Amino acid sequence: MSTLIETSRLTRILPETVPVTLVEDISLRIDEKEFVAITGPSGSGKSSLLYLLGLLDRPTSGRLTIAGRDSGPMDEKERARTRLEMMGFVFQFHFLLPEFTARENVEIPMRKLGRLARDEMHEHAGDLLGSLGLGEYLDQRPDQLSGGQRQRVAVARALANDPPLILADEPTGSLDSKSSEQVFEILQNLVRERGKAVVAVTHDLDMAARMQRRIHIVDGKIT
Amino acid sequence: MPLILDIAVTHIAGRGRQTLVALIGVAVGVGFSVAMAALMQGGQDDFVRQLVDTMPHVDVTDEQRVARRQPVEDVFDAVAISGLRPRDDRRGIINPTEAIAWLESWIPGRFAVSLKTQGVMRYSSRETGAAIIGVEPARERGVSPIVDDFVAGNFAALAAGGNNVLVGDTMASRLGAGLGDTITAVSSEGQTRNFKITGLFHTGTTARDEGEAYILLKNAQILAERPNVINEIRIKLDDPNRAPLVAHRTEAELGYKAVAWQEANEAILQAFVIRNIIMYTVVGAIMLVAGFGIFNIISTITHEKTRDIAIMKSLGFPEADMRRLFLLEGVAIGAGGSALGCMLGFALVYALSLVSFKIAAAGREMTHLPIAWSALHYLIASVFAVGSAAVAGFLPARRAARQNPVDIIRGAT
Repeated sequence: MSTLIETSRLTRILPETVPVTLVEDISLRIDEKEFVAITGPSGSGKSSLLYLLGLLDRPTSGRLTIAGRDSGPMDEKERARTRLEMMGFVFQFHFLLPEFTARENVEIPMRKLGRLARDEMHEHAGDLLGSLGLGEYLDQRPDQLSGGQRQRVAVARALANDPPLILADEPTGSLDSKSSEQVFEILQNLVRERGKAVVAVTHDLDMAARMQRRIHIVDGKIT
Repeated sequence: MPLILDIAVTHIAGRGRQTLVALIGVAVGVGFSVAMAALMQGGQDDFVRQLVDTMPHVDVTDEQRVARRQPVEDVFDAVAISGLRPRDDRRGIINPTEAIAWLESWIPGRFAVSLKTQGVMRYSSRETGAAIIGVEPARERGVSPIVDDFVAGNFAALAAGGNNVLVGDTMASRLGAGLGDTITAVSSEGQTRNFKITGLFHTGTTARDEGEAYILLKNAQILAERPNVINEIRIKLDDPNRAPLVAHRTEAELGYKAVAWQEANEAILQAFVIRNIIMYTVVGAIMLVAGFGIFNIISTITHEKTRDIAIMKSLGFPEADMRRLFLLEGVAIGAGGSALGCMLGFALVYALSLVSFKIAAAGREMTHLPIAWSALHYLIASVFAVGSAAVAGFLPARRAARQNPVDIIRGAT
């Protein structure tokens, strides 16, 4: 099993007048096909850690390698490219582009990557949404969908370029329990059936208990 | 459609009314700029055309630009000499036939020679000062527009008899003489001759209508006691723009002062330059205002789309893409507005060209506004508009692209 992400002594301090330490001394490893929960109380720094792992934020110190590649020397463009190829994000709020239909939203990362022809993208986006039970909603815009449906579109979008790693920030945080369960099962299937590694930030301990591994963060440190 | 363009169009289309206002702002700016340019350029062209039509393109006179050096100055070069009585020169362009032949050998155009002398016109007991101009009718015809300015008689009548004169209508009425009357010309040399009025002209220029009298060249030479001498060569070039070159070479070779029409009207042509500067300043100001409209809409869009920017960045779009996106939106509004503006401008210019009125001034009737149709006006206005749109779009685009997605994602939760 190969390693997707490895960090050593990752620290992020906000350079305010009174410096705020978001995460401190985090060393961890995430392998392929792992289903990992990052848990902890509010404000513990679990989301900040996820943003660091997702190259959305830069660490103040420490080292982060992705698929064996050091992220330190990467410039903004390379980081964006790595996100595009290696990762898919699912946030607490769906964060779909409101003017585009479900299918178009899923197509956007594919079009940015540009590996497929347009009609292949169209078909692939339809298949992805279909596999998540959204076959009937391909041409609906986000405001015409329910919360759970939107979150599933977001998952489909995260899968668009078939990245090995899915990062989820409170993916069920704004959903009712039935939709939450649905989304959780989808994430679980991503690991089992599609062989993705999924790292999910959650404060739902029941859900975390059902994942393979838990990283518990308190005050920015692993406990 | 490329992805970024697709998103840009979606953003713009999603804000119909505001986009429309911004588009109209640019379009009105471009349209009015085009119309203004057409009018100003048209007026200018019309004026220059009139100048070129009525004036000789190169005027060679027997003057020198600097006083002739006196022989004593050549001999005693280092000495400043004052109180010298200058040697009398024979004035005028000597040997005109040779000069004309030389000019005709290399200048494509038409030439007229004349001798102008000051004198007095007398009829019964009245008299008036006049510039008596001796011309060769055949040559004059090709150069001077006076041929078309006759209110009674005609230019050809000059050549018909030996002692005919053509005078301005104002001069004739001052003298109380009319067509067919015989008036007396007295030259400054003291010569007196009688001439029969065979034509009255009205050029619209008062000084000429009351002060010019045309007679045959040989008569003028007799009156001035200067046989075989002329003092002016007027040249009409096939290409008026070559006048400065021709004037320069003529002056260098013949030694007489040769003035191109551009030089004679330098002040007016300079005024046109200033007018154009003012025009482009106004166009620039209009575009600046339109630019603020674009700045406003792009700022608003980037503000509203901060979340989308964060999303796209998290999906793997680099900053450069985000900058390009909003810049493109600005340029798209600029380009769309320009296209509408060109149509508006065309319509305005067309409408202006239909305006007709009558004024009889300067001897000619103006029935339409002078309009210049020039693709360049549209191009300049459009380039201005798209350029200012790009600047107006770039500033908010750069700010938006720099935003940290994490701040926005955090802020949303």
